[in-house]
Amino acid sequence: MTVNGDQVTREIEARLLLVHFLRDDLALTGTHWGCDTSNCGACAVWLDGEPVKSCTVLAAMAGGHEVRTVEGLEQFGQLDVIQQGFMQCHGLQCGFCTPGMLMTARALLDRQPNPTEPEIREAISGQLCRCTGYASIVRSVQWAAAEEAGTRTATAHTADSAVKSASSGARADEG
Amino acid sequence: MQVPAPFEYERATSIDHAISLLSRRGSSARLVAGGHSLLPMMKLRLVNVEYLIDINDLHGELGYIRVEPAQIRIGAMTRHRELLDSLALLAVVPIFRDAEQVIADPLVRNRGTIGGSLCQADPSEDLSAVCTTLDASCVIRGPGGERVVSMTEFYRGPYETAIDPAEMLVEIRIPLRPHGSSAFDKVGRRAGDWAVVSCGAAVWLDRGVIVDARVGLAAVGPNTTGIPEISRALRGRPPSEELYAEAGAIAGRSCTPATDQRGSEEYKRHLAGELTRRALRRAVARVEDPVA
Repeated sequence: MTVNGDQVTREIEARLLLVHFLRDDLALTGTHWGCDTSNCGACAVWLDGEPVKSCTVLAAMAGGHEVRTVEGLEQFGQLDVIQQGFMQCHGLQCGFCTPGMLMTARALLDRQPNPTEPEIREAISGQLCRCTGYASIVRSVQWAAAEEAGTRTATAHTADSAVKSASSGARADEG
Repeated sequence: MQVPAPFEYERATSIDHAISLLSRRGSSARLVAGGHSLLPMMKLRLVNVEYLIDINDLHGELGYIRVEPAQIRIGAMTRHRELLDSLALLAVVPIFRDAEQVIADPLVRNRGTIGGSLCQADPSEDLSAVCTTLDASCVIRGPGGERVVSMTEFYRGPYETAIDPAEMLVEIRIPLRPHGSSAFDKVGRRAGDWAVVSCGAAVWLDRGVIVDARVGLAAVGPNTTGIPEISRALRGRPPSEELYAEAGAIAGRSCTPATDQRGSEEYKRHLAGELTRRALRRAVARVEDPVA
C-alpha cells in the first residue's frame, strides 16, 4: 500500500488490523489506538482520500490503496493549516483524540472549505474527545478554514486573544 | 487488544469469482464488504470465519444507484455515504436520507454498505426498516443464477437471511409508484447509536385519499417487519391526525419489543406509536411538498 506517499510492502497476517499495521509495523504511532470498537475515532486515517476508522479495517483490505496518516499532514517541514489551527485555538488538551480529529477536519475542509458550525460538529461526530474540548476543536477548524480562505483577519483577533487568555488561565475552558 | 481469530484472506475480482470462492469453501467462508458489522463480530468471537473473501474491489461493479421509471436499483456495494449524498434517491425516496443521517457516523458511513447492512440482519438495523417500508426485494446470485426475494422472505430471524452459503446479495430493487413519498424517524440514546426504536413510512395518494401506505419498524422484535394491518387501516381514507393516531396505536400493539438496556417494552411500544405518527405525517406532507 501507499502510506503518506511512500510505497510499503510487508508480509502480514490476514487478521492484522490497519491501526496495528501502521503503529507496530511502520512505527507511525501518531495514529492512536483507542476504543477498538469503531466508536471513538482516535484511529481515523484516510483510505483513498476519505477518513475511516482503522481499527475496523484489515491491513490486507488496504493493500494496493492509499493511506494517509496524521504524519502525512505536515509537508516539507510546514504544518498543515489544520494543525496550525489546533495550535492557535487550543484544539487539544490531552491530545489522544487529536490525530483522528485532524484527519477528519482536513477531509472536511477539502470537501467544504467554508463549513458552518453544525457541519463541523457533524463531521467530527464519529469521534470522542474525553477532555470534552469540542468547543475549542470547532474553533480550531474554523480558524483553519478562515486561514485557508484568506479571510482570517476578521477572526484572527478573536482566536488569538482566546489563546492568550486561555494560556494565562484567565478564561475557563468552555469545552 | 481485540483482534479476529486467524483466517485466510482472499480478494474477489468479480461477482462470479466471489461466488466460485464461496462454492468451494462452503459455510466456513464469509464475504466482507465495509466490514463494520462483520469485523466487530469477528473481534468478539461472535462469528467464526475461516476464509474471508474481500469484495471491496467489486465496488465498481456493485456500487450504483439507478433510478428507472418504475423501480430503483441499488448495487449491494453502495456505501452509506453514497446513499446519503444521492440527489436522485432523495428526489424519489427521501426516506433514505432521513435514515442515513442517523446511521452511525460519517466515518462508518464512508465504509459500510447497504448489502452488508441487510446481510447482517440485525433486528435494529435502520436500512432494513427502510427497505421493508419501501417493499424492496433482494436480488441474490449463486452458482445457478439469480433469484429475487421479498424483504419478508429475506429475513429468517435475527442475523439470519435467505442467502445460501454459496450465494451473495447483488442488488436491492425498490418499486416506484407515482404520487407517493416517504419518511424515517428514529429515537436513539445518543448520536450515532443503534435505535431504541426506528420507523419508516411510505404513502401514496390519489385525489386526497391514501391509495396505499406502508410502515416498517426496527428494534421492536426479532425481525424488521412491515405492519400489514396499518396498510389495511389506511387505504381508501384521507390523511388526518386521527388516522395517524390510529396507525400509531396499531404499531404500538403489533410489535414485540423486549425490555433491555435501551428501554422498557412499554417505552418502546410508546415510541413505535409516536414514531409511526411522525413518519406518516411527514411522508404525507412530502407528497405535496417534497422539502417538507
